[in-house]
Amino acid sequence: MNRTTLAAAFPVTVPVLMGYLAIGMAFGLMLQSIGCGVGWAVLMSAVIYAGSGQYLGVSLLAAGASLPQTAFLTLIINFRHLVYGLSMLEKFRGMGARKLYMIFSLTDETYALLSSAKAPEGVDEHDFFFAVALLDQSYWVLGSAIGSLLGSALAFDTTGVDFAMTALFLVIAVGQWRGAGSHLPALLGGAAALAGLALAGAEDMLLPALAIIVIALTLLRPRLEGGGNREEETSCT
Amino acid sequence: MHLTPVQILAYIAVMAGVTFLTRALPFLLFDRGDHPPKLILYLGRVLPPAIIAMLIVYCLRGITFASPAGWAPPLIAGLAAVLLHIWKGNDLISIFGATVLYMVLVQGVFA
Repeated sequence: MNRTTLAAAFPVTVPVLMGYLAIGMAFGLMLQSIGCGVGWAVLMSAVIYAGSGQYLGVSLLAAGASLPQTAFLTLIINFRHLVYGLSMLEKFRGMGARKLYMIFSLTDETYALLSSAKAPEGVDEHDFFFAVALLDQSYWVLGSAIGSLLGSALAFDTTGVDFAMTALFLVIAVGQWRGAGSHLPALLGGAAALAGLALAGAEDMLLPALAIIVIALTLLRPRLEGGGNREEETSCT
Repeated sequence: MHLTPVQILAYIAVMAGVTFLTRALPFLLFDRGDHPPKLILYLGRVLPPAIIAMLIVYCLRGITFASPAGWAPPLIAGLAAVLLHIWKGNDLISIFGATVLYMVLVQGVFA
């Protein structure tokens, strides 16, 4: 990976930089508070690399949960990643050994960046994807280490900096909305999330929401694939 | 904390293994060189906008309606992100602008 690729990938990852530093620091602080220092924080962020999963991990460690229980809860909270991989099958094809890292590092945020960002002119697409993924994880590890080291002595009030994530998703949604042949998937996703929130509550909403989305999109396939054809026709005129 | 380093390592190994499995499974099942089922390709195409919309709601799940401080900052800053993006079309301006506005709102205006 050369400097040009990194320079092209960096601006794209800035929102994740802000978000990951903030969320990673919170993780480092939490882990420190149960008696695990910076070495453990860096190790967990290097080999697990999952925001909500690692938050959960801290409480499992603190509670002394059993290993099967740990495995089960980790599976539930990361279940949504199964779906992310489906939309990356084509994108990661032909990436060779780096593909293993791309799969490992497919977090919510990296998924969001990769599903929308395009490599600029003259930059290899696969190099660009790899640079984005690697930068994102470096922010995560860095944030965890800083949080662990600083303890609660933060120099400035970072309250609210995690809104960068929400803003990032909103910006991606605006782009998708403009490019979409049908707005039904986006509207359905929002409605399903609200249904999940109502059914399962704030912390457990993702699994039911995902189930509704997958089932509804499968049922709507005849209609939506028809919509795709219409889009092709209008683009020719 | 009554856990030994070896026990902590066991937890980390389990969490890392399961997390990687959830990410790798689609590739293990559907990425063998031949074409994945048409349904899977269709889902890969229509899922991203649905998932992004779901994640937006997930990010905003902490909204409460008891007082303006519970809903006004995310609503105002979220609207700002969308309008900035429609107006300027620049990712960084939209995201930075909305985030700074949100921080001002939660730390100052609605604190």
